[in-house]
Amino acid sequence: MTTAKKDRKTLISMQNIQKHYGDYHALRGINLEIGEGEFFSLLGPSGCGKTTLLRTIAGFEDYDSGYVMISGNDMRGVPANKRPTNMVFQSYAIFPHLTVAQNVAFGLRKSGMSKAEKAKAAEQALEMVGLKGYGHRAAHALSGGQRQRVALARALVLKPKVLLLDEPLSALDRKMREQMQVELIKLQREVGITFILVTHDQEEALVMSDRIAVMFEGEIAQCDDPEVLYRRPKSKRVADFIGVMNFLSAECRVEDGKKIVNVAGLGETEVADDQCPEGFPDGAATVGFRPETLTLLYEGQTATHREAAATIDEVVYYGDMTYYDVRFDGVDKAVRISMRNIFGRDVLEVGSRVRVSWSPGALVVFG
Amino acid sequence: MKSLKVYAIFYLIFLYAPIFLLPLFAFNSSTVIAFPLDSFTTEWFTTLLTLSEMHGALLSSLKIAVTSAVLATSLGIFAAMAVSRYSFPGQKGIMGFIMLPLVLPEIIVAVSLLIVILRMGFSTGAWSVIVGHTLICTPFAIAILQSAFASLDPSLEEAAYDLGETPASTFRLVTLPLVMPGIISALLISFTISMDEFIIAFFLTGAEPTLPVYLFSMMRFPKLLPAVMALGTILVVLSVLLIVIAEFFRRRGAKRTGNDTGGFL
Repeated sequence: MTTAKKDRKTLISMQNIQKHYGDYHALRGINLEIGEGEFFSLLGPSGCGKTTLLRTIAGFEDYDSGYVMISGNDMRGVPANKRPTNMVFQSYAIFPHLTVAQNVAFGLRKSGMSKAEKAKAAEQALEMVGLKGYGHRAAHALSGGQRQRVALARALVLKPKVLLLDEPLSALDRKMREQMQVELIKLQREVGITFILVTHDQEEALVMSDRIAVMFEGEIAQCDDPEVLYRRPKSKRVADFIGVMNFLSAECRVEDGKKIVNVAGLGETEVADDQCPEGFPDGAATVGFRPETLTLLYEGQTATHREAAATIDEVVYYGDMTYYDVRFDGVDKAVRISMRNIFGRDVLEVGSRVRVSWSPGALVVFG
Repeated sequence: MKSLKVYAIFYLIFLYAPIFLLPLFAFNSSTVIAFPLDSFTTEWFTTLLTLSEMHGALLSSLKIAVTSAVLATSLGIFAAMAVSRYSFPGQKGIMGFIMLPLVLPEIIVAVSLLIVILRMGFSTGAWSVIVGHTLICTPFAIAILQSAFASLDPSLEEAAYDLGETPASTFRLVTLPLVMPGIISALLISFTISMDEFIIAFFLTGAEPTLPVYLFSMMRFPKLLPAVMALGTILVVLSVLLIVIAEFFRRRGAKRTGNDTGGFL
């Protein structure tokens, strides 16, 4: 059971959700608690069940067994139009035959508000998403980013307890997407509503979320805040899915009560318990480490921790960063090192012999 | 390339020249349908006004066409919605059988319907023509409506439901307005098909002939031939007009929902 952060009141609680599509086991016992005001992400490759889970919360999908509770109320049998959730669809689902204002005010039809109140609420919602004065425009004439904002305003105008976002940024180009990421974070902070985001983009999830649940094959593989998820992935698969992770083979043994790992090309080091999420393996193991935990040493520099000799296999220049693929002596497999480019320091060439500094504390040991 | 161009031109002439002859002789003062043309006249159009039997035929044709169009379109809405929203076993087969009248020889449909109706002890009349016309118009209505429903993003309906509407009010507020151009287009096409249809009407019409059946019977009187030409001219103009209006509505709908699939023009 993964629980919401201590200082948050639990808003959504899911217990052992099971769901089949015919023979296909789409959700395999989901246990999850999401807090009030939390920005929560469901992250995973396509077909992992993240959208199904979101639609289960929204009330669009039925489930075989388990409970979905929102604010302590069992949601079984409560249809989507009666739930305190609203959804932003992947296609935005803007009603093309209505104006922007009519779209935003659509959900207020049964609110009992007067016409003027509805118009005011719609205008306020539009202002919140940066579309003040767009109310009279035809919805089908908007750009992708504007549609996205209208969809947000339309959902937020109802002041739901939970806003569900199904891959909301995937249809936007890169620049627009990055801009919307920041705006969504700000918006969420402003309205204080719980946001649940479904995404396959690990970078997006890391940027935006308070907590992330990584899903594979209908199961939650790990649920943690972004930093923990990145630094201390609980399995090789999660490690591989989030960012770039280098893997090297290793030998493990216990000596005088110390956990010793002998990593190919790097040498021996002692590791702490929290570096072994799957328990300390005996014998053969795999060690993972992030590209930025390695540093190429230039002439005259000394390693802060440990040092190993290597040869540069490939250089990928990104302007602000350079990625070096290097092979440690005695190892066939290349590992990636990311280095910030510093003015006045040359990018090294393929084939150069280099010294690499590495930190034992950054290693994660997998069985 | 050049021979293809020539072929295309001849093809179009072959297709449309006879239709252009209609107005030519409709406005020609000679009672004989032959070249050279005599002088210009609108006499035949005025003759039409005096043929009270023709007025009866026109009225029964209109009655049949409106009823068939409404029936075919209503059935078409259900079928198109079922196909685009749900998948069920045997879906392709069922759709195939529904669309079959599109290619079935009409004479077969007409004769079999006639036999069934008479065997069951009913007598033919306007109602039996309506049954036959609904049968042949429904596939057209489905083809048009299916493209209207297919271009409708299903998350639009989900969004309305999510925003608090019931399934019924979702249909009224979102689905219906968005497929309305398709519905209008299906109504107009079905109406046109029923108005022009001859074979089924000829077999099943009973005592009150439809316009095309009446037109056929007029051919026996050479004196009335120019009036037939005049009537034909009016029918061609009306048909083309209706199809153009239908296509206009279909395209407007496609533009709104953002993708254009199918259509007859």
